[in-house]
Amino acid sequence: MIDQLNKTLRRLPEWPLYILGFVPAVWLLWLGVNGGLGVEPIKALEHELGVLALQFLLATLLVTPLRRYAGLNLLKFRRAFGLLGFGYVCLHLLTWLALDMAFLWPQIAEDIVERPYITIGMAAFLMLLPLALTSTKAAIRRMGLRWHKLHRLSYLAVVMGGIHFVMQERSGPFSRWSIWPWR
Amino acid sequence: MAYRWKNTLTQADVTPKGLFLNRRQLMAGAGAMMGAGLLGGQVRAQDGLEPNSFEDITSYNNFYEFGTSKTDPAANAHMLTTDPWQIEIDGMVDNPGVYSLAEILEGQTIEERIYRLRCVEAWSMVVPWNGFELADLLTRVGVQDGAQYVAFETLVRPEEMPGQRRQILEWPYREGLRLDEAMHPLTLMATGIYGEPMPNQNGAPIRLVVPWKYGFKSIKSIVRITLTDEQPPNTWNQILPNEYGFYSNVNPNVDHPRWSQATERRVGGGLFAGREPTLMFNGYEEEVASLYDGMDLAEFF
Repeated sequence: MIDQLNKTLRRLPEWPLYILGFVPAVWLLWLGVNGGLGVEPIKALEHELGVLALQFLLATLLVTPLRRYAGLNLLKFRRAFGLLGFGYVCLHLLTWLALDMAFLWPQIAEDIVERPYITIGMAAFLMLLPLALTSTKAAIRRMGLRWHKLHRLSYLAVVMGGIHFVMQERSGPFSRWSIWPWR
Repeated sequence: MAYRWKNTLTQADVTPKGLFLNRRQLMAGAGAMMGAGLLGGQVRAQDGLEPNSFEDITSYNNFYEFGTSKTDPAANAHMLTTDPWQIEIDGMVDNPGVYSLAEILEGQTIEERIYRLRCVEAWSMVVPWNGFELADLLTRVGVQDGAQYVAFETLVRPEEMPGQRRQILEWPYREGLRLDEAMHPLTLMATGIYGEPMPNQNGAPIRLVVPWKYGFKSIKSIVRITLTDEQPPNTWNQILPNEYGFYSNVNPNVDHPRWSQATERRVGGGLFAGREPTLMFNGYEEEVASLYDGMDLAEFF
C-alpha cells in the first residue's frame, strides 16, 4: 500500500502545495479584516501565523523519520514545507512588527534584547534565513556536502521556535494555544 | 458613601445602549459617517476615552473558571447560577455572617463608574461599571481595629465552572487588598455594566473593581470576604511569584519579566489598533499615588 502511495505521490507536482499552503494565511487575513478573529484580532493573527509556521517546519523534520520507519517518501515536498514554514515565520514577524508593536522601534529593540522568548524567536528566524536562501536546486548542487551540513541548522531552529512558543504563554506550564492541528 | 469620586467621564460619554449594540455595524457601513455626525458628541468622550462596546467587554475575558481562552467565558458562563447568591464575611469584623446578595446591596446606592481596565497582559478597555464602594460595605459590617488587609475568594463550583474541573489554578481564586486600598473611594463592588446586570463572564453577580491595578486583582463572582491582619495570598502570585506581585499596580516603568508594560493595546480597534502608552496607576495617579508614598514600587510590584 505504501508503495502505491509513494508512486502516486511521485506523480504529483510540487507547486500546488505552495498555493494550498498559503490558503490559511489568506483565510486568517480575511477573518481579521471582517471581525472573525474576535475583538482583539492582532494577537489572534500573530498566534495563528506562528502556530502554522511551527506546524510546517515540524512537517519538514518528519519527512526523514517517515521515510525511514514507515517507508513513506515525501522528500519531494520537503522544500515546500520548509519554505511555507519560513513564509509563515515572516508573516508572523511582520504581524508582530507592524500590527502588534506598531513599529515602536525602541520598544521592539528592547524586547528583542530583554525578553528571552523574543530573543530566541528572532535567533530562530535568523537561522532559517540562510536555509531559505539556499533552497534552490542550483544552491543544493553548488554546495554539495556543505548544503547538508548547513541545513542541519533546521533542527536547532525548530527547537528554538518551539521554546519561543512555549515561553510566551502567560502561565507557563499549561497551554492555551495548542500546537496540534486538531486543537 | 456614594458619589465620593467624580467620574472624569460622565453619563453623556457612555455610548447609548441602542448605539453600542450596533455601533460596529454602523461604523462599518456608509451610515457610519451620518451616525457619527449626528451623534458624535455622545459617542466620543470629551477626553477621547470612549467606553468599549458591550460586545467587546463581554466577549474578551480572562476568567479561568470557565476556561483559559479569551472566548471561553462568553461560551461557558451561561451555566453559572447566580441566584441565590451568598457572601460570607468573616475575620476581624463586628458583624460576621453569611449575607445574601440582597442583604449586601441593601441601602447601597448603585452609581456608574467609567474606569479604564488594564490587563497585566498589556491590553486594556474602558468599562462603564455600575456598583457601590467597597468601603460602604466594610463600614456596614464593621472593621475591627487591627485589621489591615481584606481577602476575597471566588466561587468554587466545578459542575457549573468547567475550568475548575482541571487544576489549572489552585481553586478558589484568591485576591487581596491592603485595608487602605480597599477603603479607597475608587475601589468598587460592581454589579453591572452599561446599566445591565453583571454578565456571568464578567463576574456575576458581584465583583471587585480596582482600576489602578492590573485586571487580575479585580476578583470576580465573590463568595467570601475576610478581614485579616496578615497579607492574604493571591492566586497568580502563588503560581508565579516572580511575575505577579501582591500589589500589581499598573506601572509602565516596571516591566513584567516576559514583556514590557510601557504600552498597551486598546481592545476593539481592529487590526490597526496599534499601541498607546500605559499610564502610571492606569491614569489614577492623582487619586492613589499617596497610598504608596515611600514604597519602592519595583520591589513591591
